[in-house]
Amino acid sequence: MATLWIVAAGVTCLKALLIPSYKSTDFEVHRNWLAITNKLPVKKWYYENRSEWTLDYPPFFAWFEFALSKIAYYFDPKMLNVKNLSYASDETILFQRLSVIVTDLVFIYAVKEFCSKFVKLRRRDEDDDDVMENPSVVLGVLLICNCGLLIVDHIHFQYNGFLFGLMMLSVTHMYEEKYIRSAFWFAVLLNCKHIYLYIAPAYFVYLLRCYCFQSTAAGRIRWLSFSPLRLIALGLVVISVFGISFGPFIYLNQLPQVVSRLFPFKRGLCHAYWAPNFWALYNIADKGAAIVARKLELVNVTTNKAVMTGGLVQEFEHSILPSIPPIVTLAATVLSILPVLLNLWWSPKGPRSFLRALILCAFGSFMFGWHVHEKAILLIILPMSLLVVEKKKDAQLFLVLSTVGHYSLFPLLYTPTESVIKVVLVLIFTLYAFTSLGNIHRFPWSIPLPLLSKLESVYLLGILPLEVFNSIGHPLLGLSHKLHFLPLMLTSVYCALGVTYCWLKFYWLTFQEKPLVHPKSL
Amino acid sequence: MQHQVVQSLLVALLAILVRWCVSLCKYSGAGKGPMFGDYEAQRHWMEITYNLPVQEWYNQTARNDLQYWGLDYPPLTAYHSWICGYIANMINPNWVALKTSRGFESPSHKLFMRYTVLAADILFFFPVVFLMFMKNGQTKYAVSKNCILVLLYPGLILIDHGHFQYNCISLGFVLFAVLMIGKGRELWGSVFFVLALNYKQMELYHAFPFFFYLLGLCLRKQDQNGLLRLIKIGVTVLATFAVCWAPFLSNQDTALQVLHRLFPFSRGLYEDKVANVWCSLSVVFKLKTILTRDHLVLLCLASTVLMCLPSSLNLLFKPSFLRFKYSLINCSLVFFLFSFQVHEKSILIAAVIVNLFSVRLPFWNLWFTIISTFSMLPLLLKDGLLIPYIATTILYIIICRSTTPVFVLPSDDYKPQRRLQKLTFYLSMFGVISLTALSVFAVPPPKLPDFFPVLVSVFSCSHFLLFLVYFHIRQFQCKDAETVDVSHTPYTQLKKKQ
Repeated sequence: MATLWIVAAGVTCLKALLIPSYKSTDFEVHRNWLAITNKLPVKKWYYENRSEWTLDYPPFFAWFEFALSKIAYYFDPKMLNVKNLSYASDETILFQRLSVIVTDLVFIYAVKEFCSKFVKLRRRDEDDDDVMENPSVVLGVLLICNCGLLIVDHIHFQYNGFLFGLMMLSVTHMYEEKYIRSAFWFAVLLNCKHIYLYIAPAYFVYLLRCYCFQSTAAGRIRWLSFSPLRLIALGLVVISVFGISFGPFIYLNQLPQVVSRLFPFKRGLCHAYWAPNFWALYNIADKGAAIVARKLELVNVTTNKAVMTGGLVQEFEHSILPSIPPIVTLAATVLSILPVLLNLWWSPKGPRSFLRALILCAFGSFMFGWHVHEKAILLIILPMSLLVVEKKKDAQLFLVLSTVGHYSLFPLLYTPTESVIKVVLVLIFTLYAFTSLGNIHRFPWSIPLPLLSKLESVYLLGILPLEVFNSIGHPLLGLSHKLHFLPLMLTSVYCALGVTYCWLKFYWLTFQEKPLVHPKSL
Repeated sequence: MQHQVVQSLLVALLAILVRWCVSLCKYSGAGKGPMFGDYEAQRHWMEITYNLPVQEWYNQTARNDLQYWGLDYPPLTAYHSWICGYIANMINPNWVALKTSRGFESPSHKLFMRYTVLAADILFFFPVVFLMFMKNGQTKYAVSKNCILVLLYPGLILIDHGHFQYNCISLGFVLFAVLMIGKGRELWGSVFFVLALNYKQMELYHAFPFFFYLLGLCLRKQDQNGLLRLIKIGVTVLATFAVCWAPFLSNQDTALQVLHRLFPFSRGLYEDKVANVWCSLSVVFKLKTILTRDHLVLLCLASTVLMCLPSSLNLLFKPSFLRFKYSLINCSLVFFLFSFQVHEKSILIAAVIVNLFSVRLPFWNLWFTIISTFSMLPLLLKDGLLIPYIATTILYIIICRSTTPVFVLPSDDYKPQRRLQKLTFYLSMFGVISLTALSVFAVPPPKLPDFFPVLVSVFSCSHFLLFLVYFHIRQFQCKDAETVDVSHTPYTQLKKKQ
């Protein structure tokens, strides 16, 4: 495992080099939260609105910021002034960047735990330290050096590494069949960032089914084996975590205010840049239909032209197809995860089936959710990495999804200086993933791409001309003013095709899983 | 073979990534008018070469004020500036407008300048590094190990992509020359060395080994066409020089003026605080107060030549490629330590050759790398490159320690030696870390504002003297049969203890 520590140390150096790079408004968001939690009493945390970046994460994250702010004081006390909006001294930047780098250690630790416990060497003669072939090292590198995480956390600025670390800890405990611990860490995670609610159904079903019930030898449920004690234990743990988190706010009678901050439904169906999901395809279908209709003069299309060309408009009015209210997205999401949850309930096949259900929950919410961010793709890619060294089919799918998913993050970094970094980062990661997974699954480099079918290869290679058009062709052709949104739209639609394909195929693969013979021998 | 290609690609991409990350930082003299720094010097040269006729480039004229960053590098640098200036003018004429563009700074211009360095690096430095180590029938990671340890050398990255210079070009040419000579193509070797020399006159540091090695080859008894070979080499060198200097040769005054610009003896004994002998001596007594400048120049010249002689003569009488490479290190170190008007950045000239031994002498390569980068600390701090300095150095140490057995000696007989080696190394590292911390955090005594820079210089200088002795021993211990390029021989994997 020494190799993993070496890789982690190396990647930490890279993160340090990224300190002066571009940072999004999320940087100011978190600085403001540092100030709020440090300077204001708890009862004002969720009411403070001097900055437009109000606190909209659950209480544990607020406490996390509170703890950070105690250290931040020694770097530059001015950043803790609530009125000091958009304050970014060198010390502030250094502190905030370092805080992300240091809290990433949680992630690195969790990855190391998982890799050393649940990935085994294929053959005895394998070199322990081979970064290109040893499955446990490869998996560790794929996670620790995930380029999406580097882009989102260390350039764009967020704390996903820390949060994914908590998730990985929880998943590791689930693999170890330490259900209570797993539930505890997941509850903590939920109280840090509520986006993880999306994967809660998988936890709920699996814990209920495999911790509170027992199975027959054939994997069927034994209804009579229900253990109320276990259910109570589980409930107690989860409820007490939530109690510690939300208790003070319930006591202060602020729960409705906190909840309204956490779940703002004022935003539109799609983010400014459409995340590559089902709604991106829906939007483009609507546009296509509008154009056809206008050509044929079937309908008097009175769409607002600004909506189509702005690219930065939050509300999106569909012109031909029906507009989507939030409730529809909720229904679609629930429908999309129902089959896998039922499957998990009827025939759970060990923790791996739980992991698959978790990934499909994340997939479902990404595909059909309301106002999905492109960053949420990491919620699928990272857990999916855990499967890739085991099965070739999963590895193939991962290669497609990670390449497309990471490419779909490109619009996050639009500054010319950082464009070089994002391209090189994604190239390195993709090249490494293809080679190492090719080695593990005994698949040499081939034309056009190893491990993939012709169609998949062509699709992935299609990204190259697309990016050339987006970054060079588009401005050169003078389309920057007329069709400003075009590169963003092309990117999200092109990636949406790939993501949808991966979702469907992963669903199919999950239902193909054979039942385990020995549930214990994982 | 496929593996080699993929690995090389990964190594190259990683090297580009690190370079570009470093280039996010400030450059030398950013926002510090009226003179700014090396970045402005390079931009000014683009302005001069693009706007003025060749004859005016090195001359004081109404349009070319030599007091303001006058061109003082050889013609190839000037041509390179001209090309960059041409492209700059196409993108934005304000960047190189005569006179009015002085001190021009903008984010897009910075991006352009950074791109020119990256392009130069990828065109001139990367290919030669890969060519040097690419060979069939090697162990799995041999190529990538060698290449990554040369490409990620922190000193070069920090100076070129952080501070702002184009050392990668002249160093790339020198490596090309070494590569060609290693393949037995002396003529190509001398062409490339002359190109290096004509990009940066500091490459003179390497001149002795090239001269004596080639001469030694021609003088070998078994070689019957020695004289013919010598003439061929001489003609090649002169011809290459003539081509490089062609625009300036029409007029004797112009040519002399260029020469005068290249060797400015009117400047001081050393620039800023340099980790060489003269700067370190100045702590004890100031030579400048006893000797006139002419005497100083003579003293430097005499001591440099004298110190170069052992290594050079050894090479002359027993020319072998391995000795040649050691001699390159030795002579460049001597030049750095003893010659006149040395810049702290000149240590790169020795370091790039030391890096070629990264797999053969992992311990010494690592130590030299750390110390040589550290010796530039005052400069790096001035440019605001503290974090990249720490990050790239640690990255190099990590990669070095994980790819090569730094502390393993050939056999167990050397156990006491190994312990001593480790102890010295850790003591030295303790010095590096504490001096870095002191330079960053401590306030120097009011009477001695340069206290820490001088301390850094003396500390590094003592190390360089040690390295000088060590590499001399290596050179003199070379066996005569050892004429093959050892950096190519596969290095037997020593299984690390898990």
